[in-house]
Amino acid sequence: MDKFTVLNGLVAPLDRANVDTDAIIPKQFLKSIKRSGFGPNAFDEWRYLDHGEPGMDNSVRPLNPDFVLNQARYQGAQILLTRENFGCGSSREHAPWALLDYGFRAIIAPSFADIFFNNCFKNGILPIVLDAAEVDRLFNEVAAQEGYRLVIDLEAQTVTTPSGHVFGFQVDSFRKYCLLHGLDDIGLTLQHADKIRAYEARRRQSEPWVFM
Amino acid sequence: MSAQTLYDKLWQSHVVHTEPDGTTLLYIDRHLLHEVTSPQAFEGLRLAGRKPWRLSANLAVADHNVPTTDRKNGIADPVSRLQVDTLDRNCEEFGITEFRMNDVRQGIVHVIGPEQGATLPGMTVVCGDSHTSTHGAFAALAHGIGTSEVEHVLATQCLLQKKSRTMLVRVDGCLGKGVTAKDIALAVIGRIGTAGGNGYAIEFAGAAVRALSMEGRMTLCNMAIEAGARAGMVAADDTTIDYVRGRPFAPRGEQWDQAVAYWRTLHSDAGAHFDLVVELDAAAIKPQVTWGTSPEMVATIDDCVPDPARESDPVKRGGMERALAYMGLQANTPIDRITVDKVFIGSCTNSRIEDLRAAAAVVKGRHIASSIKLALVVPGSGLVKKQAEQEGLDRIFRDAGFEWREPGCSMCLAMNADRLEPGERCASTSNRNFEGRQGAGGRTHLVSPEMAAAAAIAGHFTDVRKLLS
Repeated sequence: MDKFTVLNGLVAPLDRANVDTDAIIPKQFLKSIKRSGFGPNAFDEWRYLDHGEPGMDNSVRPLNPDFVLNQARYQGAQILLTRENFGCGSSREHAPWALLDYGFRAIIAPSFADIFFNNCFKNGILPIVLDAAEVDRLFNEVAAQEGYRLVIDLEAQTVTTPSGHVFGFQVDSFRKYCLLHGLDDIGLTLQHADKIRAYEARRRQSEPWVFM
Repeated sequence: MSAQTLYDKLWQSHVVHTEPDGTTLLYIDRHLLHEVTSPQAFEGLRLAGRKPWRLSANLAVADHNVPTTDRKNGIADPVSRLQVDTLDRNCEEFGITEFRMNDVRQGIVHVIGPEQGATLPGMTVVCGDSHTSTHGAFAALAHGIGTSEVEHVLATQCLLQKKSRTMLVRVDGCLGKGVTAKDIALAVIGRIGTAGGNGYAIEFAGAAVRALSMEGRMTLCNMAIEAGARAGMVAADDTTIDYVRGRPFAPRGEQWDQAVAYWRTLHSDAGAHFDLVVELDAAAIKPQVTWGTSPEMVATIDDCVPDPARESDPVKRGGMERALAYMGLQANTPIDRITVDKVFIGSCTNSRIEDLRAAAAVVKGRHIASSIKLALVVPGSGLVKKQAEQEGLDRIFRDAGFEWREPGCSMCLAMNADRLEPGERCASTSNRNFEGRQGAGGRTHLVSPEMAAAAAIAGHFTDVRKLLS
């Protein structure tokens, strides 16, 4: 996993609530047995005018000019600004894989679906919760200024606008630590292998049927 | 000790270690796997030279990609076939128990776990699938995980978790005839919204929940995730214990007695504190039909499609307008005037024996409307199918014009050949009505099995209570 420290990135606005994981990466692309290559199919049904299937050459497919991420001014965006309950629906990690592969390293919204939120941290994407009024303000500023960028500082837990306004955000200290250092948490957990074994030994006594 | 919720008890009994910020290493008792979210996790294990921590915790089955028609010649779609073959190979390589496609025990992962007794009260149960909340019906702590966490559980038998807040959804009173667990679930989501449960573990309680069968409780917990809550749960009682008794993975003899004594403690204590309490009167719940592209966009059968012009919140109004355009619906249309093209009875929400019996009771002696292009019944498992056939339900469905298929996820998410064509409208017993969920451009209306059966007969949504009286 790549480290996340400070990100100075172009912002793309996706002004919808309840964007679900089926919309982020439609089911036909979940048949892949790999982790990479989902970026060209992120938001496939909104982004292209034809129907996408695995194996197509996405570079020649007709783009939907009405879909916001297709606008020239948002090309190369690394920060996605969106509305409440982003990432609802399925637990498919293909959703953060697709967003990461597309180029997003941070997502700002008033709220996120739980499983998606968790999956982001496992892939070096920082999901940031700001309150609805702050998100509204950012939507207005993005619309008003082409090339609008934000600076996200994970260590300081701040989002800074071009005019210098600073929003603070919360992040669990353990997740922050893992993200700042790009740590694989399986390795961290296995440092507690003795505790896991001791726990199992206790449960084998009290609830042996669990271990059959 | 102060009064505890069921969630507190389940959490506390699985804590291995806690970090200073509350991040907890939680022990996982049962890990269910399927073909879509596991290949990258197995690959990760291989790359790191790791082995599964405890093999017996794992049980695998292919369900998302499998065909529901004749399987003798395997899977026609090469991409789907590769994914299913990959699961077979991974299970073989790592020594994980798997029910393969032509095993009678094969089925939807959330149907077979309970059916086999692999899901037991007091367990933590995870699977790389959001509808793992289903298993909470057994007073288990169950939730969906991503693929990185699938790998984490395989390698360590634990997950890193933060404790959720607790919500009690109390449904008192008695459900009317023709009103089901599915209608409770949709009514709850209609009330609190699809984000209402974000950050919460929901316990469903009250007389109407106590009166539900295990199948009904599974339907209810299954939809907790559609309310935003990763976990839904119901306290253990006689209904739970009677269901589990004698199942292949359930304890026997002395251990059974010991287990039952423990399971009887799996309920919230009197006076336990919940962060939020939501109350519904079962008698007031009517058959529900979703009209939009989110499960919270739901109405009762005697109601109309809502009018976005009456919504004051601009983000919500925009969402409603987009949903109506996608669904091809006009505001203020009576729900029972909406015609359907296809009917799907199945999915991890509603494909168990009781669901099939209830739908068959509506269908019996009737025939699907001539306007219906396809009406599918997809049992949740090979064993559900077998039982239904022993009861003659397959004949009832076939005589009425339904197709009777092999078990799998099927048209709930259309990863196999079962899907909607663009613009087609479906009465579906599944759990998500998102854009494109059942096929690109397809239009999904979520209903109970009884309501889906009634829509198949009438050719449009209709109040099943009138057909039952």
